[in-house]
Amino acid sequence: MNQKAATAAGAGAGGSDTAAPPAPDVREAHAHPKDRLLRSDRLPHIWCPTCGIGTCVSSFVEAIEESGIPEERFAVVSGIGCTGRVAGYVNLDSFHTTHGRAIPFATGLHLANPKLKVVVFSGDGDLVAIGGNHLIHAARRNIDITIICVNNFIYGMTGGQLAPTTPHGARTTTSPYGNSEYPFNVPHLVASCGATYVARWTALHVRRMKQAMVAALSHRGFSFIEVIAPCSTLYARKNRLGTGTDLMKFYHDNCEVRHGANTAEIDIGFQEKIVVGKFVDIEKPTFLDRMGANLAQRRGR
Amino acid sequence: MSEPRGAVLTGEHFMNGDVAAAEGALAVGCTFFAGYPITPATEVAERMSERMPDVEGIFIQMEDEIASMGAILGASWAGRKSMTSTSGPGFSLMMENLGLGVMTETPCVLVNVQRGGPSTGLPTLVGQQDMMQARWGSHGDYEIIALCPNSPQECFDLTIDAFNLSETYRLPVLVMSDEVVGHMTEKVVIPPEDQIARIERRITDAAPADYLPYQPEENLVPLMVAAGQGYRIHVTGLTHDERGYPEVVAPVQQRMVPRLIEKIRKNAEQIIRYESDGIAEAEVVVVCYGITSRVAQLAVEMARQQGRRVGLLRLIVAWPFPERVIRELATRIKGFVVPEINLGQMVYEVERCAAGRARTIHVPHAGGAVHDPETILARIEEASS
Amino acid sequence: MRREIRITGFGGQGIVLAGYVLGKAASVYDHKSATLVQSYGPEARGSACAAQVVVADEPIHYPYVRGQEILVAMSQEGYDSWTEELIDGGVLLYDQDLVDAGTPPAQASFVASVPATRTAEKMGRRMAANIVMLGFLVGCTGLVEVEALREAVRTSVPAGTEDFNLSALEQGLQYAAEAVAAKGGPAKAADI
Repeated sequence: MNQKAATAAGAGAGGSDTAAPPAPDVREAHAHPKDRLLRSDRLPHIWCPTCGIGTCVSSFVEAIEESGIPEERFAVVSGIGCTGRVAGYVNLDSFHTTHGRAIPFATGLHLANPKLKVVVFSGDGDLVAIGGNHLIHAARRNIDITIICVNNFIYGMTGGQLAPTTPHGARTTTSPYGNSEYPFNVPHLVASCGATYVARWTALHVRRMKQAMVAALSHRGFSFIEVIAPCSTLYARKNRLGTGTDLMKFYHDNCEVRHGANTAEIDIGFQEKIVVGKFVDIEKPTFLDRMGANLAQRRGR
Repeated sequence: MSEPRGAVLTGEHFMNGDVAAAEGALAVGCTFFAGYPITPATEVAERMSERMPDVEGIFIQMEDEIASMGAILGASWAGRKSMTSTSGPGFSLMMENLGLGVMTETPCVLVNVQRGGPSTGLPTLVGQQDMMQARWGSHGDYEIIALCPNSPQECFDLTIDAFNLSETYRLPVLVMSDEVVGHMTEKVVIPPEDQIARIERRITDAAPADYLPYQPEENLVPLMVAAGQGYRIHVTGLTHDERGYPEVVAPVQQRMVPRLIEKIRKNAEQIIRYESDGIAEAEVVVVCYGITSRVAQLAVEMARQQGRRVGLLRLIVAWPFPERVIRELATRIKGFVVPEINLGQMVYEVERCAAGRARTIHVPHAGGAVHDPETILARIEEASS
Repeated sequence: MRREIRITGFGGQGIVLAGYVLGKAASVYDHKSATLVQSYGPEARGSACAAQVVVADEPIHYPYVRGQEILVAMSQEGYDSWTEELIDGGVLLYDQDLVDAGTPPAQASFVASVPATRTAEKMGRRMAANIVMLGFLVGCTGLVEVEALREAVRTSVPAGTEDFNLSALEQGLQYAAEAVAAKGGPAKAADI
């Protein structure tokens, strides 16, 4: 193991090669109240300063506690990308799968053991581009899992390329003259495919986001939360939007809470108003409900 | 819909290889199937969709083969024995998540009913053209286990073996069937339930605090747990340490990835299986697998009627390749004849192990049909002259 | 003893089911070896379709017809495509309303026809033509024990249609008895 990795992995355990006395355990002195739910032995995390993903994770662990669902029942599944690393930091059964394939993996986990509370935590590129087909079919089937999609409008892990959510006109390293494509309106996409809980918040709305997560975790059926989150290192820089803080300020000034909004009308334009809120919350039999009903009917029970 | 029939349909049946593979899976305790229709493997999925309710199992038709492979990995981590089935194009799509299965050491079974390729190729007609893809199709270094049934009975038997191997060595195991074997109907004898060999997953009994998910046992295979058991495992396709944590550095790669290979190579003698006929006194040995072995058997009999000393070596396990027996034979026979329904795949393995000590003659076939026995016979004659 | 049979027709006639029932009768109920392989086009209905059945006392390695000893033709196309392949002393059976046989092939030792489809239609279900033909085939050739064939029909047809199909089978056996009587004996196994 090289020096850097050793230091990162061994932090807090005094795991350095030098003969210096062990440093006081910082974690002991400043234990975070949510440490139990985080793999603190893996910190520091890989996310940039002012990245919105950490905020989402914060809200998520609070939501887990508030949901009252036993922690052992959770399984968190991620794909690949910055948000794809979430699975590695939550101290729950967690699966870091291949790019775009978190939802099929999660579908298998859930169907094989419906007692699990399966949450897919991944990014917009992972879930909506390469994993788009899986997303729409899981929504169509009303698979009883929760999807948290952190949308930062760009591919972060690979260095700032075009995403299917990049607003029209925005610059990325693969749209250097501005994005010529129309982005997905993700809540509208999943709602029209049959998702039974759909909400959108931003990383600024920590409390609302957490409440939405609690609701989604308690929801029976395919629940989907899009969280608009700042990527200061790439999206903000490429588009000269300032820092992560400036993006948060932008959310503050430009978000409109509109519960029950028609999802057809909540497209996100480049630096335009962002409609947030809970858009869909309906009850509908899940895949397993319908499978059970079909079998019972055929067996005459 | 009749009453549930149970997992093991003990008795004599007249069934095709695809259906028999499904029955083998059920008999060994598979309760999760995810798949996508594709000729000539569709009958496996159809049978599973019909039968899964009998075993309180789950069948789901996914949106594609990528998703099918992903779903069976997920189901395996929820503690179930899981399977998918496909053919050529779908096999290609499964390669990505097959690699995830290898890297995360996830037991599951993939039945590939081979048809002619490349691309869409010959959807309804036979090929044996995915043998090297089975070995090398996903990126990176790994070893795989692949079995080659040559009859519906073996589709049943080897699917059971595939599950047992996957649970023993913790990796996806491939059943490399082919269109003829899959669609051919023959008698299949399903034994009583207590005579079905079932190897169950080895689960740790360590407390969560003491458990290292990727710390191998003596046989180089780590003990497993399932999601929901309170272990708070982390499973990743990234290079990971014994804790399962990503450690994307060379030392960890050098410690962890060779073990994925060694756990198969070091146990290869326990895994490898072949069937031989008359190789002790042979001067020519026909090396074959799958449906081609049945055609080759006829050619061998024809050659013997001519007075030639010909043996037959049928690979039941194609991967890992039975290097030892080929090396040993190469020191004392004139040549190998390798018929296969492709333009050169397993023959290269035979050639590698023969290492010039015996001739290696390929009998290629581009696909769409089996060989004429006479074509194989002609190469046997050539090899023995 | 190895017997090789090709049953031909078009998709939707139950050609493969006929081969299945014959193979099942031989292997499961008559304790012989049997293989069935099939060929068909991409169309679900109407394309040329053939079932190859091999029945033997010993294990069967090669599952394809190499010497076509028995040809059963339920379509003109099947008849035209495969008649030439009959070996010397071979057996040709066909549906007389679907096949215009013209001059029967010289190499055949036994040629007979049956109104299989018409019979099934008169019984009310044209779908059973394949079962009538099966009865005719086994009655003319003695490929498997009749009781084994009955058992295979009973366990292979859709639930609720067993009795109907068994009576279709008897019709075929009856036609066969008449053909055998007219020819002074059943078809003999040709040397393959």
